[in-house]
Amino acid sequence: MAVLTYREALNDALREEMERDDSTFIIGEEVGEYDGAYKVTKGLLDQFGEWRVRDAPIAELGFAGLGVGAAMAGLRPIVEFMTWNFALLAIDEVVNAAAKMFQMSGGQYNVPIVFRGPGGAALQLAAQHSQSPEPWYSYVPGLKVIAPATAKDAKGLLKSAIRDNDPVVFIESEIMYNLVRDEVPEEEYLTPIGKAEVKREGSDVTVVCHSKMVHQALAAARTLEKEEIDVEVLDLRTVRPLDVDAVVASVKKTNRAVVAEEGWPMCNVGAQVVDDIQREAFDSLDAPVARVNGLDVPMPYAKNLEKLATPNADHVAAAVRHVCYAD
Amino acid sequence: MSSANPGRSTATVSDDPAAGAPGGASSADPDAFLGLSKEECVELLREMIIERRFEEKAAEVYQVGKIGGFCHLYIGQEAVSAGSISPLRDDDYVITAYRDHSQAIARGMTPNAVMAELYGRVDGCSKGFGGSMHMFDKSLNFMGGHGIVGSHLPLAIGVGYAIRYRGGDQVCLCFFGDSVVNIGAFHESLNMAARWKLPVIFLLENNRYGMGTDYRRVAAVKELKDRGRAYEGLTSLDVDGMDVLAVRQAMEEAIERGRNEKTPSFIEARCFRYMGHSMADPMHGTYRTREEVEKWRSDDPILSFTRRLMDAGRLTEEEYKTIDREAKEIAEESAAFADRSPFPDPEALYRYVYSDGYPDDMRRRDAWRKELR
Ligand SMILES: Cc1ncc(C[n+]2csc(CCOP(=O)(O)OP(=O)(O)O)c2C)c(N)n1
Ligand SMILES: [Mg+2]
Repeated sequence: MAVLTYREALNDALREEMERDDSTFIIGEEVGEYDGAYKVTKGLLDQFGEWRVRDAPIAELGFAGLGVGAAMAGLRPIVEFMTWNFALLAIDEVVNAAAKMFQMSGGQYNVPIVFRGPGGAALQLAAQHSQSPEPWYSYVPGLKVIAPATAKDAKGLLKSAIRDNDPVVFIESEIMYNLVRDEVPEEEYLTPIGKAEVKREGSDVTVVCHSKMVHQALAAARTLEKEEIDVEVLDLRTVRPLDVDAVVASVKKTNRAVVAEEGWPMCNVGAQVVDDIQREAFDSLDAPVARVNGLDVPMPYAKNLEKLATPNADHVAAAVRHVCYAD
Repeated sequence: MSSANPGRSTATVSDDPAAGAPGGASSADPDAFLGLSKEECVELLREMIIERRFEEKAAEVYQVGKIGGFCHLYIGQEAVSAGSISPLRDDDYVITAYRDHSQAIARGMTPNAVMAELYGRVDGCSKGFGGSMHMFDKSLNFMGGHGIVGSHLPLAIGVGYAIRYRGGDQVCLCFFGDSVVNIGAFHESLNMAARWKLPVIFLLENNRYGMGTDYRRVAAVKELKDRGRAYEGLTSLDVDGMDVLAVRQAMEEAIERGRNEKTPSFIEARCFRYMGHSMADPMHGTYRTREEVEKWRSDDPILSFTRRLMDAGRLTEEEYKTIDREAKEIAEESAAFADRSPFPDPEALYRYVYSDGYPDDMRRRDAWRKELR
């Protein structure tokens, strides 16, 4: 096993899949000559040439739609958004075109496309550059939405996403590109879409989370170990489809749950998970489910305010104590 | 370099609607019929008449509740669909907006499949999932009917990209309305198509109105074709969209450019829709007068082409009557066919959401509907 950064793992996934299937191409701003705004596409232009690694004008709607049309014509596009904030200009093509085409055409035109880029807050980027897009897309039937937390999952899931025959929204993280590094198998592997993974086994409380919050949950679990609270960290990895079986199985074991995510609370992924738990595991619960999320405000710039609005490991730990009646 | 093609301005429509309908003079030699045989000309006419009679039947059955939702009729614009689709090859692509019944038929879809789609039945071209605005037939490279104004232009350049990617010589024909020249997707698409030489033919059907808005009230340009001037490598031109041969000639040239030079074209076809914007709207009223509608109707594309063929001895009164009778029969039969076709079965609800099956978690969230368990 090699230890790779999240960024390197994604780059490997792109290269391997582009080598494997020459109908796969990537389009986005700065993906070619500049090697990617966050260097995820580093070296690909040199290896694959401009028709397969296409530097696009700043026209998110246009090049996202280009991807959808190319997918309908038989290619397998990967559309990189410099960040998901800018993808709002393209959401029509993702929601109205990609997600609905298969059904609207009576099953004739599936759309094998990956829309990818970093989501969530980084450091002091202020309101327009700090937000979590998962709920906007996971609301939509027809899309698959993936938000991996580790380098290993990032690679395995991106490879699966590229091979998937339906539109996939793949949400990475600016902060994790460098900071997250873990062991990645040398041999070829695919991580299944729609399957959660227990990142830490525990018996007292289940923390359901994804993306960056997995790391906060693991940190909280280490703290709580000293308090003799044994936390299970369940990483959803894919938020649509959502692995309700894994959530229910874990909650039936621990009888308590905390749902943690970075974004705003209203109508977010966690809100859905809470419903899935109460619907299918109500009788197993020893306490109401607690939620941890970003505060319900546009992200401020000032360092202290940003910190206040952002969920962290301490918040997760406090929520766990709360559902254990240990606070 | 000027991106507009200076040699081809066949505009005949005055900017002043009071000045009357287009005169019909096109750059095509009226007697030469573009080198088409008598049979080919009659086929073009037959195509237009079938489209017309089909839409009239659709209007009729809509009134009695057989068709739901929005239903946008194409009546008056048949010269554009017939003239532009007829010179395409089978392996070319067509993509369009929601006013799509006639284009689907022109591309080779059976009127039965289109009418069954309007009825929301299993034998519809989209199996009842699309309806009036979303006609699809992959076997004909007919890539839909799209309902968000302007949003299918980026799809069209994606098809163009795929053609270039694979080194093919096909073209993608993309229809849209006059309101589209003001939306961002239009410019994003023309820009990328021109910059990367994508063989897309952007065919603007300027029927003068976007719903109730006269294009001149909202576009800061007099001639819509001039919107293409900003893009080097894109050929922009206009054509009399009431003249099927003029449309066809413009298309043949655009197809040549697309196949050989891979360059895109932007054609403004000036035409008119006779009916309201959709079946829910009146033919005239607050935004246009009865006189204006009548004026354009007097230059009807089917009547004028019929007359031209008769004058040239290429069509007899008898032949015309036969074509028209058959077209009416085809339309009648399509409605009867649609009526006989079953509604989609309830299980179909989950069939086409994902190509690898409907996820279990989603099905479980629907379990409150006991009948779906
Ligand atoms: C983005 C968007 N805005 C508004 C609408 C509602 N709408 C549907 S058709 C239409 C008018 C379009 O006119 P035009 O492009 O000229 O096409 P035509 O109907 O004349 O064929 C409007 C406003 C829409 N479908 N999509
Ligand atoms: Mg119009």
